[in-house]
Order: sequence, then C-alpha cells, then structure tokens
Amino acid sequence: MDMPIPDAKIIAKKASVVERLQAVLPLNAVIHEDRQVKAYECDALVAYKCPPLCAVLPTSTAEVAAVLRVCHEMGVPVVPRGSGTSLAGGALPTADCVILGVARLNGVIETNYDDRFIRVQSGRTNLSVTGAVEANGFFYAPDPSSQLACAIAGNIAMNSGGAHCLKYGVTTNNLLGVTMVMMDGTITEIGGAHMGAAGLDLLGLICGSEGQLGVVTEATLRILPKPEGARPVLMGFDDNEVAGACVADIIKAGVLPVAIEFMDRPCIEATEKFANAGYPMCEALLIVEVEGSEAEIDEQLGMILKIARKHKPVELREAKDADEAARIWLGRKSAFGAMGQINDYMCLDGTIPVSSLPLVLRRIGELSKQYGLGVGNVFHAGDGNMHPLILYDANKPGDLELCEAMGADILKLCVEVGGCLTGEHGVGIEKRDLMNVQFAPSDLEAQMAVKDVFDPAWLLNPAKVFPLGASETRRIAAK
Amino acid sequence: MTPKTETELAAAIAAATGPLHITGGGTRPIGNPVRGTTLSTAKLNGIILYEPGALTMVVQAGTPVADIEKALAKENQRLAFEPMDHRPLLGTKGTPTIGGIVAANVSGPRRVAVGACRDHMLGVRFVDGRGTIIKNGGRVMKNVTGYDLVKLLSGSYGTLGVLSEVSLKVLPRPDCSATITTAIDDDSRAVAAMSAALGSPFEVTGASHDPATGQTHLRIEGFAGSVAYRSDKMSALMAPFGIVRVTDNTQDSEAIWVAIRDVTAFADQQGDVWRLSLKPSDAHGVVAGLSKMGALYDWGGGLVWVLTTAGHNLRAELGDASGHATLIRASAETRAALPAFHPENATVTALSAGLRAKFDPRAILNSGVMG
Ligand SMILES: Cc1cc2nc3c(=O)[nH]c(=O)nc-3n(C[C@H](O)[C@H](O)[C@H](O)COP(=O)(O)OP(=O)(O)OC[C@H]3O[C@@H](n4cnc5c(N)ncnc54)[C@H](O)[C@@H]3O)c2cc1C
Repeated sequence: MDMPIPDAKIIAKKASVVERLQAVLPLNAVIHEDRQVKAYECDALVAYKCPPLCAVLPTSTAEVAAVLRVCHEMGVPVVPRGSGTSLAGGALPTADCVILGVARLNGVIETNYDDRFIRVQSGRTNLSVTGAVEANGFFYAPDPSSQLACAIAGNIAMNSGGAHCLKYGVTTNNLLGVTMVMMDGTITEIGGAHMGAAGLDLLGLICGSEGQLGVVTEATLRILPKPEGARPVLMGFDDNEVAGACVADIIKAGVLPVAIEFMDRPCIEATEKFANAGYPMCEALLIVEVEGSEAEIDEQLGMILKIARKHKPVELREAKDADEAARIWLGRKSAFGAMGQINDYMCLDGTIPVSSLPLVLRRIGELSKQYGLGVGNVFHAGDGNMHPLILYDANKPGDLELCEAMGADILKLCVEVGGCLTGEHGVGIEKRDLMNVQFAPSDLEAQMAVKDVFDPAWLLNPAKVFPLGASETRRIAAK
Repeated sequence: MTPKTETELAAAIAAATGPLHITGGGTRPIGNPVRGTTLSTAKLNGIILYEPGALTMVVQAGTPVADIEKALAKENQRLAFEPMDHRPLLGTKGTPTIGGIVAANVSGPRRVAVGACRDHMLGVRFVDGRGTIIKNGGRVMKNVTGYDLVKLLSGSYGTLGVLSEVSLKVLPRPDCSATITTAIDDDSRAVAAMSAALGSPFEVTGASHDPATGQTHLRIEGFAGSVAYRSDKMSALMAPFGIVRVTDNTQDSEAIWVAIRDVTAFADQQGDVWRLSLKPSDAHGVVAGLSKMGALYDWGGGLVWVLTTAGHNLRAELGDASGHATLIRASAETRAALPAFHPENATVTALSAGLRAKFDPRAILNSGVMG
C-alpha cells in the first residue's frame, strides 16, 4: 500500500510543532517521544504501521480547536483517532502528521428520556453509551462487534453498522447532531436534539466522511426503548443457495427480523473447534433473531420456521431459554476470533444485492482455490453485507500481497454484481485504490469537491479514501 | 424543457444559458420563489429494478409516486417513510414524483419510528450545474464507500443537482394498523403522553396531537396478534392521561394517519402554514408563545404544523428554542419577504454556500430557493 512521501520540512520542524502544541494543551497531552508515539502507529489494520510525528490527547472541544489552529497555521496534516479499531487503516498515521486522539473526551453531557436522546463526548465507547442509559430501559442501537472498544467518534466517521441494523439502521440513521471543529479551528454545531436539518443535510455528509471534513468532539444520539424480549433461531442448510433463498423468502413474507446472520462451512468448522457452540456441520447456517413480547416472538418465529421448513433445513433449533439463545449467538460472536486461531486473516466488507448471494459465494470459493488461500464467510445476510475472512500467513513472504490481491478480486466482484466495496468498515487506505472500480472520475471529483469546501488545505486525514493519483494535485496544490 | 433521458438532461443543463426552475410534478412549490426556464423531470419515468426479497427499488426520478406505490402494494411492501401528499394543503394539482419527494426529503408521521426519506435512500444519480452526471451510493442496504452525497442530495431542493435516478429501501407493509386515541386537552400533557408512548417498547409508529379536538393519536402496526397485544398495552399506558378509544379497523386507522400526514386540518383554512422542527419537550412551550390560528403536533411533538395569519413572521417568536421553522404555504409576496428556510449559523451557512458553488458554479439550479 503506497502512502505519500512524508514532508521532510514538517519532520524537520517537529520540535517547534511539539512546543506549540504543548503551549495550548495540558501537561501530558502531547506524546512525542519515539518510544511513546509507537502506540499510535497503526489501527486494527495491523499490516500497515507508521509512527506519527506526535500524538495529542485534548480534553475539551476548545483544546481540539487550539490544536487544529496550530496545525493549520503550521501546515501539519492531522489524523483524527477514536479507539483505533478501524479495519480499513482509517486512523493510520503518516510520518509527518499529528494524531489527534479523542479518547480523553469520554463523558456523558446529557441524557433525556422524554426526548429520547443522549449527548456524549465523541471519545466515549459505543457500548458505554448504551451502558449510560440501559438502567432506564433504553439502548443505543448501532452495535458494531467492536463495541466494547470503538468510540462514537470512529462510528460517526465510518458510519458504522452492526448485527441489528436490518431493523435499526446504521450510525447515520441514529445520529441527531454533532459539535465539530473545522481544520482552521472554528467550532460549529450541526443538527441537535430536534429532527432534520434546517437547510442542507450536512450531518448526513459528515457521517461516513472518515475524519476528512472536521473533528467531531460531541454527538447527540437517538436512544431507543429496549424491546420486551428477543429470541434467535438457528437453521442449517446443505446448500448456500437454499439458505440465500430462505433469507429472501423471510423478508418477502413481511417479517422483519432484527438480525439475519449467515455462516458458511469453513467458518462453521473453525468456530466449532474454537467455541464449541454445538453448531451443526453443514454448508450454510443462519441465525435469525426477532423481538417483542413472548407471544409476539412466538408468532414471528412460527412464520419464520414455516418458511424455513419449505427449504428443507438439515437443522432447526429454537432457543428455549436465555442460555440456549446465548449458545446460538456464541459461535457467531466468536467467528472472527476462531478464524484468527487458524491463521492471520484479512476481513473484507463488501455489500452485494442479496439476490447475488449464491453466485458470489460460488465465485469466492473458486477464487479461494485459485489463490490457494482459505476463506470463511460470515456476514449480515439480511442486508447483503459480506465479511469474507481470507486466511494468510503474515510471516510468509508474499502471502499478504497474495491475500490483498484476492481481496481486491472479491471486492471487484461485489461491485460487478451491483454492490459496493465497503458496507460498514470504510475505505481508509485499504480500499482507496479500488475506488476507481466503483466510481467514475466525475463521481470522485464530486466527493473531493466536498473536501475542498470543508478543508481547503487538505490537511485532515489527506491520504485516505481517494486514490492517491486522484487526490494528488489537490494535496500538492494545498502545500 | 422535458428531457427523456439522463443524457438529454445533462445536455440541457450544460447548454443552459440562464437560471433553471426544476420541477417534478410541480405539487410542492416549497421555498423562496424561483425564476428561470422550467426544466421538468416528468419524462424520466419508470421503475428500473425492483427486488422485493432485497427490499430495494431503483426508479427514474420523474416516476409518479402512485406508480411506485402500486408496484410495491402488489408485493405487500411500501415506502415506510410515508411521504406526505402536499396537494391538499398547498392547493396544487399535478402528479407527485419520487424526485420531488427526495429533493424535499418529504417524510410523514412514521418518520418518528423509521426515519425520514433520506434514511430510506440508498443511491442517487444526478446532473450537477455544469451538466456532469454523478452517481453516489448504490442499490444495496449498507454502503459506506466514499462520502454520502445521497444524504446531501436528499432535501437539497434541486440546488446541488437534478436527480435522474434514485434507489430506495422499501419495507414490508404490515397486515394491521390500529390507532389509540386519548382525550387530552392540554398540550403539555399530550406531549408527555406521546413521550411515554414512544419511550415504551411497544413500537409506536405514529404519535400526533390535535389541540383543536383535544385528541392524541398513537399508531401501532404489525401482525394481528401483535397489534392487539400492543394496543392493549398502549391503552393501559394512556389511561392515566384521559379517556382512551381504540380504532382497530386497519382502514379506519390508516385514514386517521393520511389526514395527519397531509395536514388536511389546515387545507381549507386561510392563512400561512409553517412547519416547526423542535425538541419534543420544548414544543408546547414554544407553541404557547406563538400568535397562531391553529397548531398540530406530529412526531411526538418533534414536528409542529402552525397556521398563522398571512404574512406573519412566526420565526421571530421562536426565541432561542433549538430547532427550525420552515414556511411551507404563503403568498408569493410573503415568500419574497420572509425566507422560507430557517437561517443557520455562520459556519453552516458558509459551508452550504461553498457546496452550492462547487456543484452549481453558475448558480442556475433552483437558484435562491433555499436562500
Ligand atoms: C474485531 C472488530 C470487529 C469490528 N466489527 C465491526 C462491525 O461489526 N461493524 C462496523 O461497522 N465496524 C466494525 N469494526 C470496525 C471499527 O470498529 C469501526 O470502524 C469503528 O467505528 C472504528 O471506531 P474507532 O473509535 O476505533 O475509530 P478509529 O479506528 O480510531 O478511527 C476510524 C476513523 O475515524 C476517524 N475519526 C476518529 N475520531 C474522529 C473524530 N473525533 N472526528 C472525526 N473523525 C474521527 C479516523 O480518522 C478514522 O478515519 C470492527 C473492528 C474490529 C477490530
């Protein structure tokens, strides 16, 4: 993966950058010693590492603004960072950048149950947002698997999703407002506790902009009352295609489950060895979860099971109690960890129209043979968001490149069948150079024009999202 | 000008020498008055793709909403955001198109539960002010590839580009609908009742209060057994607020919500109509301080429709309540004098102007409609 050549002039003035940042921040908020900055050299895309010039951990919006003013004046690129769990390299530093971490901005500012929102500082972790309201019977819906660690800031930047977004939507559908600091240090409010924008929907634009338009320091999030109950069923099929047809039939029947998760044989085998969840050995496994009162759950599951039976499942397992429900979810929740036990893996994130599922799974199988790398598929089937996990050996020379080439082929396939490169992880550096597969130059030009408006000097997370070739003139002109 | 293809649309915009007034069906003349040659999308008409099993539909922007709803009904699906038909309120004629709905981000009572039009938008194709064809998003349910111009274009009233095609997320149409109506004659108690309902786990998909009749309506939708169960729960929850009546016939229940959606209460009344977006718990306080002839609460108090005398500047009475007021219906003179859209903070105003200058450098697309 290419990164732009760091600006030697900036690296040369590191001491004065650090000094000016120290002048506007509390003690200990500027991390600049080589040994310490290493902690910020990568995010969860660990194949790529680069220590930043320095990292700052401001404790207020005003301090974030002060940091950005300094960097703006000195022409230093800034890479915002939440918890560093991006799988796309979204928070990967460059050697000439300041990492702006919001981890110390983690408080709750306001909870309002009558109006059903919570206002938090952006460094607060996803799970602890729900943690702040669950005693009152509420929750924050988007639930990425990384929710214990990832921050709302990163969720907003990546427009993160989760297992339950079939019903509740992703981050953008649950975000009401933000406080954001522009690259020149201007602090602005966008949206608020009310619904909808007065004018253009800038909030919708900011959500998913991967830290390139501004630094989000506070967010107003929609919270929802917890459902009375939820219950999953597990179904096994001896054919991917049949499982796919079953998903489509469930959706067409008018039942809207909160989650429909899919695992294929390689993934089932790996999780069974690892988590011992008692999954049936079959080609495809679905976990379907519905919500409501006991009677409502019975009614919905009754319909779902009736549909499933038409597709001749090899296994149908309804959770009778909380324990069984947990066991059904256990394997799915440990799928990534299980695959990680076998080998290093790269997690892809393309989305496809659900109707192309059988074709895409077949082609992935073929690619797996062709490249000689194992693949497990585990994904959100209701919305077509796939997560093929390609296994490779990081210590074997050339294996990472092989894995990346295969990943690129899979993502191209997703686009070919009418889908997209990334459903929830974001582009970052990982899919940056594939953007040309999905978009024409004029499409990318329109997106880059947005960045020109928000960050004319192209200092915020500049080497991400757009193919380096496409953004080059802008990044250079801005210097 | 009535282009028949996206290519013709692009050519027409590229060749334009002056301002263009963009219309779909012309049923929603919302915003500041616009001058210019009329550019209609009415002939960009047709459903391109519909996959009920994937809950997705791709349509040309000029497709009549009625055609879309008919196709969806055949598969027992619908546009869940329940777009309002503005014709009764605005006294307009014509055929509402999907492009007009998206351009104005038109969302009905169900918005409080399932989100706005923009939340059901999966992709757009549009032509910018230079005549360049641009696509963004796609036809899949989850997509974070690049910036979300889909949201930006939704509710941009044609000022950033002319939509040629949109992809939508559609949802199953539930078998049954019931409305729980509670007699509450105090607005603040009505908002409290709606908050209690929306804060319950019973999945209320509409929460509206009409001060004129003193009735608070709550809607429950789903399978028969589930609707019956939740109606009971909701009736019990509402009992302390007033006398409760349940409309459990689906057609009758839906008729109540069509009237709320289309604000028919103000349709035959003289005067200007404003649309206020507020924090629900602020709503009754704000409304109490307004000089008005009528008010109607939707979205649990998050949306208030207000009827005023012609030419009255309602915005001046809002104080510092968070939210915004849009002038929806008024005479041409009033609309020329009072900006239709609420003024925003300096940074947002500058960013919006910057975006318009990029997407429409000649300022020819519905210029000035949003201010
Ligand atoms: C095991 C595992 C499971 C995962 N599961 C899911 C999943 O189910 N669904 C899903 O969607 N994702 C998932 N992810 C990906 C990742 O957790 C999300 O992308 C998450 O939102 C990143 O949050 P973060 O706080 O770690 O952000 P970071 O990794 O720190 O940063 C992510 C991006 O946000 C930007 N950013 C950070 N802070 C700010 C700010 N204050 N203002 C502006 N921009 C900012 C960064 O510049 C970067 O571009 C998973 C990751 C892992 C490791």
